Amino acid sequence: MAHFELDATGLLCPMPVIRTQDLVEDLSCGDTLEVLCTDPGALNDVSAWCRINGHKLIDAKQDEDRVIIKIQVMR
Amino acid sequence: MSRQIKAVSLISGGLDSLLATRVVMDQGVHVEGINFFTGFCVEGHTHAIRKKDRAKPKRNNALWVAEQLGIKLHIIDVIEDYKDVLINPKHGYGANMNPCHDCKTFMVSKALEWIERNEFDFIITGEVVGQRPMSQRKDTMPVIARESGAGERLLRPLCAQHLPETLPEQMGWVMREQLHDFHGRSRKPQMALAQQYGFEDYAQPAGGCCFLTDENYSKKLVDLWDARGNREYEMDDIMLLKVGRHIRPSRNFKLIVAREEGEVNFMQGYRNRFISIKTTSHSGPLVLVDGQPNEQDLQLAARITARYSKGKLADEVELEVCRPDQGSMQVKVKPMPAAEMPEAWYV
Repeated sequence: MAHFELDATGLLCPMPVIRTQDLVEDLSCGDTLEVLCTDPGALNDVSAWCRINGHKLIDAKQDEDRVIIKIQVMR
Repeated sequence: MSRQIKAVSLISGGLDSLLATRVVMDQGVHVEGINFFTGFCVEGHTHAIRKKDRAKPKRNNALWVAEQLGIKLHIIDVIEDYKDVLINPKHGYGANMNPCHDCKTFMVSKALEWIERNEFDFIITGEVVGQRPMSQRKDTMPVIARESGAGERLLRPLCAQHLPETLPEQMGWVMREQLHDFHGRSRKPQMALAQQYGFEDYAQPAGGCCFLTDENYSKKLVDLWDARGNREYEMDDIMLLKVGRHIRPSRNFKLIVAREEGEVNFMQGYRNRFISIKTTSHSGPLVLVDGQPNEQDLQLAARITARYSKGKLADEVELEVCRPDQGSMQVKVKPMPAAEMPEAWYV
């Protein structure tokens, strides 16, 4: 199991979802990924994508200007 | 044991694709969704920009639909490939810059590539005969099936009974009599079916889910192309057409004037790529300058910027003009009176 980070700052939805999806495709079951975004829409969208595709949403939070989502890849 | 039949459904996020997918799922077919991001999609990035839109659900409707249906959704970035569809549509444009016929053909052809790569059996769309003047007519729907290459592997469950039998019907993967015979522009059959399934709170955007069907957006796109002398565009261009007041005093430059705080926040992210102007002596909007302005043009841009500030009636307004990677300079100008702004400048 490995940990990865994805910088999706400056990208507008649905691009953070697409980047997450494309990266997760190459990861293994149990790997964790932290996605950093600036578009507030990513909080809902990346979380929804996670639920739909059966990955584990470890944490999703928004502070003043950033959204941070932690995912565990499930297969 | 018989093989599980699999279909991919084009999910726009609207009601029709939601229903079409569910109709096929009910027949025991494994369905996954596919959504194509062209850059012109109405949602996502536009949610949080303007105050008037803040009451709308802050969600990606395609993801919401997939979650309602309990299916996987694959969102595909087609921004680059889509340029050729928009720039050279074989079947022309609709009322605005919407190449609906070619767009649908393109998306079905992309879905066909996807099902071949992933060993799925057929494609589902939520199209309804007679619902749209360009892409959803009885005479154009077979053309889309043919030109996309999907042919009989394209099933439109909501109006299948008005169309020739497709492969899924011929093979017995789905029962034709359990498909529908919807037609025309009325939404009542869809709403009744949605109620039957218990779907509520689905998206029903008035102008569809594409900015290219919007008259004002299309005018700005055409202006951009005319000013540049070609039809190329980048992602930044099409994003910025969605925000601000666009003012073009000359072919070589235009101003994008933020209309409210949400647009200011959105446009801040572009200050490292565009010349930006901001009043310093009075409160006022952020302005981005697109194009190749000379010093005289920037003076004019500053006067226009001042005209949209609280100092519009003042004798003199101070502004900061920032060039990416070149620092900023202070200028003082007399705000341009509204009467001196030709109507033709407003895009």
